Parts: sequence; C-alpha cells; structure tokens
Amino acid sequence: MQEVIIQAESLTKKFGDLVAVDNIDFKVFKGECFGFLGPNGAGKTTTMKMVHCVLPLTAGKLTVAGMNVTMQAREIKKMIGVAPQEDNLDPDFTVFHNLMVYARYFDVPQEEARRRSEELLKFVQLDEKRSVIIDQLSAGMKRRLILARALINEPQILILDEPTTGLDPQARHLIWDKIKSLQKQGVTIVLTTHYMEEAAQLCDRTLIMDYGKIIEEGTPSDLIKKHVGEEVLEVAYDEAVLKFLRNAFPDARLEVVSDRIQVFTNQPKGVFSQILSKFSFKAAMIRDANLEDVFLKLTGRRLRE
Amino acid sequence: MKTSRVASYFKIPKLSYRVWRVWRRDQDVFMKTYKVNFIPPLVEPIFYLIGFGFGLGGFVQLVEDVPYIDFIAPALVATSMMYSSFFECTYGSFVRMYYQKTFDAIIATPVNLEEVIAGELLWGATKSLINSSIVLGVILLFGLVYTQFFLLILPLSFLVGLLFSAIAMCFTAITPNIDSFNYPAFLFITPMFILSGTFFPMERLPTEVQTVASIFFPLAHATKLTRALTLEGLSATLLLNLAWLLVTTPFFFVLSINLMKKRLIK
Repeated sequence: MQEVIIQAESLTKKFGDLVAVDNIDFKVFKGECFGFLGPNGAGKTTTMKMVHCVLPLTAGKLTVAGMNVTMQAREIKKMIGVAPQEDNLDPDFTVFHNLMVYARYFDVPQEEARRRSEELLKFVQLDEKRSVIIDQLSAGMKRRLILARALINEPQILILDEPTTGLDPQARHLIWDKIKSLQKQGVTIVLTTHYMEEAAQLCDRTLIMDYGKIIEEGTPSDLIKKHVGEEVLEVAYDEAVLKFLRNAFPDARLEVVSDRIQVFTNQPKGVFSQILSKFSFKAAMIRDANLEDVFLKLTGRRLRE
Repeated sequence: MKTSRVASYFKIPKLSYRVWRVWRRDQDVFMKTYKVNFIPPLVEPIFYLIGFGFGLGGFVQLVEDVPYIDFIAPALVATSMMYSSFFECTYGSFVRMYYQKTFDAIIATPVNLEEVIAGELLWGATKSLINSSIVLGVILLFGLVYTQFFLLILPLSFLVGLLFSAIAMCFTAITPNIDSFNYPAFLFITPMFILSGTFFPMERLPTEVQTVASIFFPLAHATKLTRALTLEGLSATLLLNLAWLLVTTPFFFVLSINLMKKRLIK
C-alpha cells in the first residue's frame, strides 16, 4: 500500500464571492509525480498555495505528511520546496547569494549552505553565472535558479507551479530532466501545468481541474484511453467527408476544429488505417491520441481569460 | 462583533528569532552598497550646519540665548531618524513587497509574514540608528555637543526609528500604489519636519498648533529628547516625551503587522 503524503478532504477556498477551489478531495502518494492540469483560473495555483501553507483554507481539511496545514505550517514548510509561477528571485543579490540568503531562512548553517549552493548551481547548470545579478539572467536561467532555490532545504516534497511556462524547448527539456532525476532520488513532485505534453512526460498521475472542481483523475494513459481512445484520425474539412465518416464510424465522436475534422473512437488501433487504405481523403493523417485531446474534450475550447 | 473587528487589528503577532533572518537580508543589501548609503547622512548635515547654522544663524536671536547652530544641530539628528526609517518602510518595503515579491518568496520558507514585517520594522529602526549616528558624528566634529548624555541618542534613535517604521508600514499596508506615498510624505512628514521645534522653538507657534504637534508629531518628542541630550542633559519633563514614544511605538508596531496581514493574506 502506498503512503499518502498530501491529503485534501472537501478542500475549499473562497475569495469573497468567488469560489476558487470548490470542495475538492485528492491524495498524493509519497515518491510520485502528481500533476494538476487545468485552464487558467481553474484553481491549480490556489490549491498549491494552500498545500505549502501560505494561503489559509476557507473550509475542509488538508494535511501534509500527516500534519495539518493550519496548525503546523512551520513544520510543513521546512520539508517543502516551492518553485512559484512568478519570478520572485531577489533582484538585490547575485545568483549565488540568492541561494545563500534563502538557505538562511531555513536555518541551514553557512558552511552547509555554501556546499549546497555550489552543488545546486552545478545541478541546474548555472555555476558559470554564480556572480551575475538576477536582472541579467534569461527567463530559462531564472526558472532553473528558482528550481535550485526550491531545493536548498533538501525538501521531501517539491511544488512546481508551471515550471516551464514561457521557456524554449532546450530549457524545457533540461527542467524535465532535472525533475525526473529528483523523482528518482525519492522526492515527491507536485506540479501544475497546462502543457499536456509536460504532464504526459512527467506525471504518474494527473488530475484535471476546471472552475475550482476536479473533473477527472488518473494516469495519463488511462485518461487518454478512457476519453479519446488510442488513435485520432484527422482529415481536411469537407461536408461530404464528414457525412461519410459519420456513417463509417457511428460510435465515434467527430469534432470540427477550424478547417479539420477529428475522429475519436474507442475501437482498437488499426480501424483508421483500414479505411485510409480503401479511400483517400485530403490531408488525412492518423496520430496517437494525447492528453491534450482529453483536456480539450473535458474543458472545452472556449478561452478563459 | 464590533469589538472583535477592532481587536483583529491589534492581535499580538507570533514572532521568533526568524525576524532577524529578514533583518539580515536587508542588512546584506545595505552593506553591498554601503559607500553610497553613507553619503546622504554625512553630507546633508554639513550643508545644513554651514548654511543654516553659520549663514542664517547670524540673523537669529533665540529667547533661550543658545547659538542658532547649537539649536538646530540636534534637530538634524532627530530628523535623520525620521526620514531614514519612514522612507525605508514606505518606498523600500513597498518595492520589496509589490515589485520584487520578496515577501512572497520569504513566506514560502519557515519564516511567517508577521516575522517578515517585524524584520522590516527592525531594519527601519536600524537605518535610523545608522543614519542618525553619522549625523551625530558630524555635529560632534563641529563641536556642537555639550553633555556626556549624547550617547543615549543611540538607543533613542532606534526607538524613534521603530516608531516611524511602524507608522510608515501602516501606510504601506493601505496604499493603493507607490505614488500615493506622496500623501503621508507631504501631508504628514513635511509639516512635521517644519513644525516640531526643529528650526525654531515650538513656543513660537499658536497654542493650538503646539497642542496638535505635541499630540500627533513623533518628531516633536524626538527633537525635544535629542536636543536635551546634546545641550542640557536629563530632566524630569523628558519622561513625558519618552513615555509618549514608549506608548505609541508598540501600538503602531502591532497595528502595522496586522494591517499588512490583512493586505497580503486573503
């Protein structure tokens, strides 16, 4: 049986009349990578902030490592590392000094702080930038430094709020590698993202939130199978083709997105290639179903902000 | 219901030694640029003393028969306490809170928000101690200090600095944006700078203004005490000024922390 490290029961957060987190329950197991997915404003960040004890709950119960977030905030914060969504590195200090000052808030002795800072700068490949002031770092470097800073207290739980938003693919892959290696070392990872590829790459289990509620939960592959099947057929939009496909796949879900038709089915792999071998459609392609298909199916295509 | 609302502004904060971690952060920043930080408190009083003391002083005959330069020298020490701490905890703290998100970063660690604010206030008080000590050094060099009690100005500057920091932090907690600090800076600090018995004896003012000044202007009390500690030494009436500071400081200290909590923790 897996050990539960974070548990929320009927967790609720209201800001005035706005219900940001609406009576949710979830469990995170020790050592896993758990992802919160959802559109902007779904309540992901609010949930994270309650977990790391900077936002008081409106109702419900939330425990971290068996400790109550309201009663034992200080103890919990000692064992959590947080990489927030927005950059709050200290612009008054250099890269190295940012880590040293942050270590002091955790009562890490100076010598030990120095050792850890050196090590972490190597880990996130910033040791050449150690004497640089924060303003001169690129967005990717800042994210890496925030990750390093989150590790300065050797946390058992790492909270990553949109760890790769706005990064180029190189920087994103580097961060992913680091997250994977931390998970191997036994750190429990809780992350939020709206990049479905990121969730699929990293997360053992995910939970999809919308309007403050949990609308689905499971491993990425289970969610894909359950909601969108294994394969998706995409062809150029045409009224006649749409009719034809509807007849050919009566159980399938057809969706028209701008100038393309997408066909989702629960049937096993191969049905689409069969039909493509008999008929030819314009700009047809078969691709694996992915978490983004699930996400869009469940949360819709309407813009949120 | 109503009393509990008022009480929520005066909840005694839970503080630990971690307050000093925040203080150390601000001190580290200050020390990085200490050379430029020492310029204002060193240079400003020299020009005030030359301009007002020697220049203007030739035209001024005080009732007390004190040379004008001796009269304004301690006021320069007292006003430096006010300005250094007030601006540290308005503009300085606001930038750290709002633009740099420094407070957000710190409260994700075992340091809580009450300790962050208390650390800021203690740092503001320290700034007052540092700056006014430099001004004090300048007036010592000018030979304008006549009693041994001037050493008591050091702890006094910390107390006065703490009070101004706390008042400043109350404004920081309620200001909608950084430009709005013009209200307290020009409607509170500037009149106080002029009307607190700094550059002329308060007795010259209409009695009503004197009353208002001695009830609402911390600088009036700070100037009175500082002047005694450079010119005359101790006397019983000073206890009233000290008592005023000792009552208002904890009041605003606790109030400012609670106001900041209301602003930052939703």
